[in-house]
Amino acid sequence: MEFLYSIFVTPFVEMWTAPEFLAEVVLGGLMSGIMYSLVALGFVLIFKASGVFNFAQGVMVLFAALNFVGLIDAGLPIVVALIATILIMVALAFAIERVVLRNLVNQEHIILFMATIGIAYFLEGLGEMIWGGDVRPLNIGLPDDVWFVGDILIQQSEVFAAAVAGSLVIALSLFFQYTRTGRALRAVADDHQAALSVGIPLNHIWIVVWAVAGLVALVAGIMWGSKFWVQFSLSTIALKALPVLILGGFTSIPGAIIGGLIIGAGEKVAEVFWGAAYGGAIEEWFAYVLALIFLFFRPQGLFGEKIIERV
Amino acid sequence: MTTPLLQVNNIEVIYDHVILVLKGVSLEVPKGKIVALLGANGAGKSTTLKSISNLLRAERGDVTKGSIELNGEAVHDKTANDLVKSGVVQVMEGRHCFEHLTVEENLLSGAYTRGNGAEIKRDLQMVYDYFPRLWERRKSQAGYTSGGEQQMVAIGRAMMAKPELILLDEPSMGLAPQLVEQIFAIVKKLNEDEGVTFLLAEQNTNVALRYAHYGYILEGGRVVMDGEAEELRNNEDVKEFYLGMVKEGRKNFREVKHYKRRKRWL
Ligand SMILES: Nc1ncnc2c1ncn2[C@@H]1O[C@H](COP(=O)(O)OP(=O)(O)O)[C@@H](O)[C@H]1O
Ligand SMILES: [Mg+2]
Repeated sequence: MEFLYSIFVTPFVEMWTAPEFLAEVVLGGLMSGIMYSLVALGFVLIFKASGVFNFAQGVMVLFAALNFVGLIDAGLPIVVALIATILIMVALAFAIERVVLRNLVNQEHIILFMATIGIAYFLEGLGEMIWGGDVRPLNIGLPDDVWFVGDILIQQSEVFAAAVAGSLVIALSLFFQYTRTGRALRAVADDHQAALSVGIPLNHIWIVVWAVAGLVALVAGIMWGSKFWVQFSLSTIALKALPVLILGGFTSIPGAIIGGLIIGAGEKVAEVFWGAAYGGAIEEWFAYVLALIFLFFRPQGLFGEKIIERV
Repeated sequence: MTTPLLQVNNIEVIYDHVILVLKGVSLEVPKGKIVALLGANGAGKSTTLKSISNLLRAERGDVTKGSIELNGEAVHDKTANDLVKSGVVQVMEGRHCFEHLTVEENLLSGAYTRGNGAEIKRDLQMVYDYFPRLWERRKSQAGYTSGGEQQMVAIGRAMMAKPELILLDEPSMGLAPQLVEQIFAIVKKLNEDEGVTFLLAEQNTNVALRYAHYGYILEGGRVVMDGEAEELRNNEDVKEFYLGMVKEGRKNFREVKHYKRRKRWL
């Protein structure tokens, strides 16, 4: 009885009596959610353009962050380190196309998936070989003050992170909607064969999507790293992108964003308000259970691409 | 004799390293003509077109014997992208529009290999002049347009690459007879006014032979007959097997099969 009470009554009473606290919890959750969204976004880009389930997306976040923090620690100014890391991620895209994708084109998807597992472990090893396995703080001079909106406390750094992520998503949407390359990317996502038939070179498109996914990974890595430092567990945390994808749909960019936010906020709220009843650690599995429930009721995800039935 | 625009010399095509589909196909497409490639379902028409545009490799097919020459130059080592740049575009069977792109975006993506120039705007207008219906539907997602409109999108999209040769695969498929006439009339017009050469795969022999200059008939991966369109239209065998004009006394399917097996015209 008391248990039921602690699940169905107490949490709601707490939320009701302290709405500012609820708001802060949700906001905090949304911030981790942005991180999940960004990882999921990189994943969606590659999946849409090549049908490849990129297991390495999480490790790309780690790899980008490792390079960035490593270069800063080596004494480079932040801007130079940023540009250098962008170049590294673009070079990585070229290398992956040249060494892996080109040789496996037209193979079964499962084979490409296995290849991305290989890429993931290779990058993790390469990162450790170059930069070592230490946990490194990343300080890019984000403001660490807080604001109060009414009674709600907001971290300035988090607002900044949200603004960066938001701008990134807007820039990407504009790129997809209005540029020739963006249009070609959408064409490839729609119909590979037709894209080939009008002369769109698939390997260029792959380089572009892997490079963009690399940049998105870098942004995610910088945000996460400046909050929780750069460490190898980053790639595991990034696995949360999987339930996000199930929630949002594997081919939907808005789905990746909104799915990430829902899971980020949802798991925090669950942890804070229901954690006590279960003895904590809801955060660890909440996303996966939510995704599982979604699989039962809406397997294409919230925003899974509409399948057009010809009229 | 001048070299034809396209020359296919005795090609053999194998899928998945084992499935032999074309067993020595030869054909010629002279510049400025409409050439029809006729034959029943499974005869190898699409495979022939894909060997020319090099879309075959994406389906694990390979030209293992013979050669294909465009303006006297072998195409074997070129990519589909190279071929579009040198003026050969395929309009695939089943149209293959980009469903989630608008009609106009579909057309523009056809000009991908040509960069961003002002010429592209002009050609877009040219396509709209040929297909006024596409102008009306330019903002609609292609997936929501009708079959006839999608066929127009596919042909218009190919035109946007400024091609010399269009490989057009079964444009009549699934369309009402009136629409089929309309599409073929536009093909004819593009051929006459824009000087585009067509190699046209069709099961609809009747329509194809009315619009084409020359025809090849493919059966089981071999060319079994070829000739001027006029000539083919009047040929008794073609009339019987492909134009459905059944002669007296040979209505029976089994007899026809038997007759066919003898392959009289080989
Ligand atoms: N990708 C493929 N893999 C294996 N066999 C194929 C493939 N594509 C076509 N075929 C076979 O090749 C033959 C010719 O097919 P196709 O060229 O599509 O004929 P058509 O266009 O004349 O209908 C058919 O028997 C078909 O089953
Ligand atoms: Mg066919």
